[in-house]
Amino acid sequence: MARALIHVPASAKKGDVIEIKTLISHVMETGYRIGITGTPIPRDIIDDFVCTYNGEEVFRAKLYPAIAANPFITFFTVATASGTLAFAWTDQHGATQVQTAAITVE
Amino acid sequence: MSRAAFVIAAFIAATAVARAADIPWDQRRSDSDFVSADTRAMQNDDTANPAMLVVLDGETLWNERTGTTNQSCADCHGDAAKSMKGVAARYPAMVAEQDRPVDLEQRIMMSRLADQKAAALPFESKELLALTAYIARQSRGMPVAVKDDAQAKPFIAAGRAIFERRQGQLDLSCAQCHDDNWGKKLAGNLVPQAMATGYPIYRLEWQEVGLLQRRLRNCMSGMRAEPYDFGAPELVDLEYFLMWRARGLAMESPAVRP
Repeated sequence: MARALIHVPASAKKGDVIEIKTLISHVMETGYRIGITGTPIPRDIIDDFVCTYNGEEVFRAKLYPAIAANPFITFFTVATASGTLAFAWTDQHGATQVQTAAITVE
Repeated sequence: MSRAAFVIAAFIAATAVARAADIPWDQRRSDSDFVSADTRAMQNDDTANPAMLVVLDGETLWNERTGTTNQSCADCHGDAAKSMKGVAARYPAMVAEQDRPVDLEQRIMMSRLADQKAAALPFESKELLALTAYIARQSRGMPVAVKDDAQAKPFIAAGRAIFERRQGQLDLSCAQCHDDNWGKKLAGNLVPQAMATGYPIYRLEWQEVGLLQRRLRNCMSGMRAEPYDFGAPELVDLEYFLMWRARGLAMESPAVRP
């Protein structure tokens, strides 16, 4: 399991625009580099990121080989109700990592 | 690369004057002042600084039992936030076991080998980087305070000699850039003062965390000089001199650099 850092405000007023920051540890190997043995280093990237807010999709990103290692994705959403934000990173092999964060909306 | 060599050679030709003195005490600035505002913002936000991922790995390792004694770092040292506060600001330092200084990574390795009786970790290995970054993080904001007593002085002097010695095919010394020409541009980048207060750093070019010795070896390749091996006494002397030169400046580990 890769290490991820998520920043979501612990609480917000209903209707507030909130900033969400996510950082995940990943090599994002492009597949274009040649290793020390002269053979290409196989591509290994995260290619999909989704954030759902109480089950509803609020943000999605497609990632490609030009994204640097340890992708940092930050975006905004509107605080609608107390609940859970779920973040899912899927790599090119189909493995998904999910992490959640709670938010209280007054 | 030959273009880069030409740019460096042209830069030196244009500034071929006698070596100036050390940077005056009150003009010393953190290397963070020489990076873009975006990079600085990334460094200072723990949720955006990618080195924090490695720091968290280090925290896990700190608490993990290993070696034939089956002890973790925490079993002896307890809470790193207390026991390791300010430690990175005091390294390199003399150790009783050897009659010469060691840097923070080497000190971690000594404890790992002697106390935990665990396998050695290679320089730049993921685990050693993580432990070093985690320990260095505990000193953030504290002033660099390496010892410069009579015992340490010869090693600081040896480091200074390497810093000021012209070397490599470009016949260039560290001091020519970092003492004499800091604040000017080298191939589009600002030349910093080489105040090593932020190591281990996350270097955007590397896309990963690296130690000061890696950075020094980089600079030596850039000078077309033969880099010293990881762990070489010369590199430790140079590290010691750089930290002594930065004494009093605030630690920033883990810093982000372009």
